[in-house]
Amino acid sequence: MVQFETWKRVLVLFVMLVGVVFALPNVMSNDKDGAPSFLPGQPINLGLDLQGGSHLLMLVDMDVVLAERLSNITETIRQDFRTKKIRFSGLKISGEEVVITLRDAGDKEAAEQIFTDLGTGLRRIIDGATYRISYDEAGLAELQTRTLEQSIEIIRRRIDPDGTKEPIIQRQGKDRVLVQLPGVDDPEVIKRLLGRTAKLTFQMVDLRMTAAEALDRGRTPPGTVLLPGDDEDGRSYVIEKRVIVSGELLDSATASFDQNNRPAVSFTLNATGAKRFGKATGENIGRPFAIILDGKVVSAPTIQSQIFANGQITGEFSVAETNELALILRAGALPAPLIVLEERSIGPGLGADSVAAGEIAAIVAIALVIIYMLLSYGTFGLMANVALVVNIILIIAALSAIQATLTLPGIAGIVLTMGMAVDANVLVFERIREELRRGRSVISAIDGGYQRAISTIIDSNLTTLFAATFLYIFGSGPIKGFAVTLAIGIITSLFTAVMVTRMLVIIWLERKRPTTLEL
Amino acid sequence: MRLKLVPSDTSIDFLRLRQVAMVFSGLLVAGSIILFSLVGLNLGIDFRGGILIEARSTAGPADISGLRGNLGKLGLGDISLQSFGAETDVLVRVQRQDGDEKAQIAAIEAITSTLGSDFDIRRTEFVGPTVGAELAQKGMLAVVCALLAIMVYIWFRFEWQFSIAAILALAHDVITTIGLFALTAFEFNLATVAAILTIAGYSINDTVVVFDRVRENMRRYKSFEQRDILNRSLNETLSRTIMTSVTTLLALLAIVVFGGAVLRDFALAMIWGVLIGTYSSVFVAVGMLSRFDLKRTMEEEDEAEGAR
Repeated sequence: MVQFETWKRVLVLFVMLVGVVFALPNVMSNDKDGAPSFLPGQPINLGLDLQGGSHLLMLVDMDVVLAERLSNITETIRQDFRTKKIRFSGLKISGEEVVITLRDAGDKEAAEQIFTDLGTGLRRIIDGATYRISYDEAGLAELQTRTLEQSIEIIRRRIDPDGTKEPIIQRQGKDRVLVQLPGVDDPEVIKRLLGRTAKLTFQMVDLRMTAAEALDRGRTPPGTVLLPGDDEDGRSYVIEKRVIVSGELLDSATASFDQNNRPAVSFTLNATGAKRFGKATGENIGRPFAIILDGKVVSAPTIQSQIFANGQITGEFSVAETNELALILRAGALPAPLIVLEERSIGPGLGADSVAAGEIAAIVAIALVIIYMLLSYGTFGLMANVALVVNIILIIAALSAIQATLTLPGIAGIVLTMGMAVDANVLVFERIREELRRGRSVISAIDGGYQRAISTIIDSNLTTLFAATFLYIFGSGPIKGFAVTLAIGIITSLFTAVMVTRMLVIIWLERKRPTTLEL
Repeated sequence: MRLKLVPSDTSIDFLRLRQVAMVFSGLLVAGSIILFSLVGLNLGIDFRGGILIEARSTAGPADISGLRGNLGKLGLGDISLQSFGAETDVLVRVQRQDGDEKAQIAAIEAITSTLGSDFDIRRTEFVGPTVGAELAQKGMLAVVCALLAIMVYIWFRFEWQFSIAAILALAHDVITTIGLFALTAFEFNLATVAAILTIAGYSINDTVVVFDRVRENMRRYKSFEQRDILNRSLNETLSRTIMTSVTTLLALLAIVVFGGAVLRDFALAMIWGVLIGTYSSVFVAVGMLSRFDLKRTMEEEDEAEGAR
């Protein structure tokens, strides 16, 4: 056993060399240029808690989408039945179903045809002349997937319009989106950007009844709806339900100023939008139309002349608000509102402080352990210390190579591994001491020490690896980072204790050929 | 000269202290369970839901009592303020607001605007009730699964008696750590769950080392009394047990002193874990082991293997 084959020596040196190469970018990189190009790896990925940034877990409100879809289905059925002159009663949405009853059984075939034309993913329950239409499982899943994908796309366009910020935007489960954005100073901005769906429509204001009258009578004329204004004065408007132009027809939107030099948003419509808008404004000169954002009337200007592609949205805006509004309008409307379920935002200052504190703690920990080992085991302690340093280099290299994310608990994990990494060496050294006390020769004591300690080392490390595995499976965010560093630390310390220290001990034996050993 | 915390040849009769240790551990565990059920844990927002904001005063030490007055006027319910690390730093905790998630976001905005320009917001954390419940569930699952996996592994590598003794020692460590958190009212959060699992990993590591030696000595000294074998195994591994505990404690001490306020509670929990884990490997794990008739089981096992 007291020999270390050449191939093993080559392997150890090779692993150490690879470790140094992958660890180097962490020392040599600067903030601007990243790693020097002659090195293969990248520095360790710092987690949001060290780098600063925002983590937002959001729920896509599927109920809103479903309600909208059911309402669309209801309107389609109503129109198609009228066109085909099918008589019906009780058309309404009840829970997650659209309910309709035919008056004349003879219309059954025509009605069935209309229902089939609604598309796939729907289910019909027939109860005499009453039909209940709802989404089936596949239809619901498809609706959720599509909504989620659209949401992710819109979120990306809103928070990273230039594609430079490297956000992580991930689907989580069936109705959640995880957004991680490194290096954001003010997380409130992101929440404002994502806080509204930004459904923009232009609709005519109905002048047959004032809002006050509508409130008095408790109803509005047919085909109209009462909408609140965006101002704080609590004004409402009677608005025609028919939409002239909606947000999808926007070509561009930019922050600008109106003729009174107040902040405004200028927009350009695409060809379809311009045609529709031109027709509507041409027919309605002198009447007001409403610009409606998320169900609130932002402004209701009177049409002075026919407008085609270009227009302006004015209101009580600050410059910052027009900038954000323009960005949101360009990005498009979210299919459903987003609800923040979890937020963790770390300022860049705190992140930098944490890194600095972690570094100091790590250096002090290494120094203390090194001194203690040296005092306890002398030359052998020195060899264990070399292995400890190699171990740290390997941990850094492994984290860099797999681009794992280093979090604050992760730093604690590394520091903890340092304390535990020497355990394998301690086990071996204590065994060697025992063998020496039993009167064995130096070589046979060292041989026996390694042979007997190895199964203990493997048993004890494997059990810790179990704990790390479960932390990884069930942990989230920073805890996952802790689990990864802990697991890597266990594996590298196993390697350094069993291979590196042993190689050093054997080289030392070959050189010195000691006949006695003080340990 | 070598630094030796433990003399080379000790022959301490650890098992003589078995009864005392059993009573001591029993009281610790019972006390922990009572504290846990009566006082409960100071659950962090990870599990309870709520808002946490860390801010640093830009104008000298933070005026905590003044802030308490101003924030109290917001009507956000139970608000706790504490200084955090440096005297300029303050940690604001707000209970979960009534109403939906929008109400929580509004509360965050109200607090940050009250803190105003005198404070630099360093950290904002908000956990909604749904996510909080999920995180709690996952944390429990992680601890339970890890304990089961360790038990199965020990069973696989040793005899079933070892597995039982190890899992009792482990449960002892986990329960008393939870008890410590109930007693000190340290915040119990996701990082605490990580600390508990790491403590479990460390403690089992220690236990396995002792068990390995017990198994080896059972085979080597067949004529010895079981009690003597157990004591001998503990004495032989004592030097290593102390050595590893001290190195780990040194590393943890560095985190407590230099690692910053966020890691301090984590490291303190770990220090407790190292102490209790070391104690339980010796007294609880081996103490339990001494109640079984290991010699017969191992002889039967060896005969079975020999017959094959």
